[in-house]
Amino acid sequence: MTVIKHELKQSRISLLVWTASIAFLFAVCIFLFPEMKGEMEGVSEIFASMGSFTEAFGMDRINFGTLTGFYAVECGNILGLGGAFFAALCAVSVLAKEEKERTAEFLLTHPVSRAKIVTDKLVSVMLQILIMNAAIYVISIGSIAAIGEEIPWKEVSLLHLAYLILQVELAGICFGISAFLRRGGLGLGLGLAAVMYFLNIIANISDSAEFLKYVTPFGYAEGSDIVANLSIDWKLAVLGMVYCVIGIAAGYVKYLKKDIA
Amino acid sequence: MNAIETVGLTKYYGKSRGIVDLSLAVEEGEFFGFIGPNGAGKSTTVRTLLGLIKSSGGSAKIFGKDISENRQEILSEVGYLPSEAIFYSGMRVRDVIKFSADLRKKDCREEAERLCERLELDTNKKVEELSFGNRKKVGIVCALQHKPRLCILDEPTGGLDPLMQREFFSILKERNAEGATIFLSSHVLSEIQRNCSRAAIIREGRIIACDSVEALSKTSAKRVRIEGKADLSALSDLRDMQVSEEGVSFLYGGDINLLISALAGQKIEDISVSEPDLEEIFMHYYLDGGNEK
Repeated sequence: MTVIKHELKQSRISLLVWTASIAFLFAVCIFLFPEMKGEMEGVSEIFASMGSFTEAFGMDRINFGTLTGFYAVECGNILGLGGAFFAALCAVSVLAKEEKERTAEFLLTHPVSRAKIVTDKLVSVMLQILIMNAAIYVISIGSIAAIGEEIPWKEVSLLHLAYLILQVELAGICFGISAFLRRGGLGLGLGLAAVMYFLNIIANISDSAEFLKYVTPFGYAEGSDIVANLSIDWKLAVLGMVYCVIGIAAGYVKYLKKDIA
Repeated sequence: MNAIETVGLTKYYGKSRGIVDLSLAVEEGEFFGFIGPNGAGKSTTVRTLLGLIKSSGGSAKIFGKDISENRQEILSEVGYLPSEAIFYSGMRVRDVIKFSADLRKKDCREEAERLCERLELDTNKKVEELSFGNRKKVGIVCALQHKPRLCILDEPTGGLDPLMQREFFSILKERNAEGATIFLSSHVLSEIQRNCSRAAIIREGRIIACDSVEALSKTSAKRVRIEGKADLSALSDLRDMQVSEEGVSFLYGGDINLLISALAGQKIEDISVSEPDLEEIFMHYYLDGGNEK
């Protein structure tokens, strides 16, 4: 408990800034929707006929002129990318920062087992992700209510759930990486999140790259698919959780026997 | 009972040497010194004992418990002061001290307050604003507030002013008198000579001498200082010869009677023969005596 409390206290400002930024962008986009709705009829058609660019962002499957369609794309880009960055940053630094900032010597010479420290740090990362997503969900629902649209509960909830799973998966993988690092790793975390995002875009464009959906978590967190099918692709999501568990397990195995610099 | 006992403890970082075949026994209640220059393996030894790094060979026990199996139990009885005390930036001194106590699941407020007062430590400051010496004081409080049975101190006085050093050692001596074992790793020999009862000297990862500080200081060699002109050509076994205008000073390892008879016919103004201090012994171990055990 002590380590979790300490960890949350240490990262409260970064959590606050990320949550506020993403929630702010969300709210702004949602508040722009009524204004755009009228103009969207034409735009939607244009968007739907841009060939592979259309496919890349899944705009062939949804109607940009409806709130859910608009929301799915906005969600995909803001919460998808922003949340992925936050989760990756958070997780990739959580173990490595102790050595980078040279506080590991302090922390690990107290009578707390390494397994307990690893667990507490993992819990604190997952808690931060949960807190951020809960706050964004609430603000998002509030914003939709504020512009007088009917709240599409099922779609919005599914979208947010998918992005939560995506972030948990990325966090699990980055957590594993973190155990192997001595210095920083922020670039690695950000890079991984970005690469995953682009892999999904490639998978959307090219049929021969479909298999990439099995690699990137953005595959099951595809806003347009979720809104169109009213369901998450659970097969891919479960596979993602398997990657997550592997990452976490690797983190434990490495950190329990690691020489601390 | 031995507070610390290592048998053939070895640590290699890849191919580079940390410590080799290190065997050491520190009895409970001792004030033990661990001497060696930078890079000799002092910190490696300490970090292995604390379980921060895993040894590549040999074994080590603290209070009879194996370090790799009972790490948590051992750490709850140990207070450790790292050579470079670094804390979480953004935290206030009192929060760091409280965090350390919380990690130990102990209420140490009373003792922490007493220590802060003696060390004149301002607990309202943020740790990143502190000077090196003041950070060290935070480290000292964290290492001692839970009244550990064994204090492991890695170059503890760096950054502390002389008055603080004196206060720090008087705290350590009180703890030692109350039964705590003190393991002091240092390259400041005077510190060891003044405070420790026993000491080990480490060189290139190996222990080259381990004895009481008194015995370590007492070798057959004497420090001889002669004022005036003296012809020493009849003598052998002279070391560390320093010639100045007033006279000459050297370490003499031969028969004392030969020295007296050689000087008997000469006109010198003054002579003093004394035990060399630990520093000189240390140089002796390091410069030419390093291979004998």
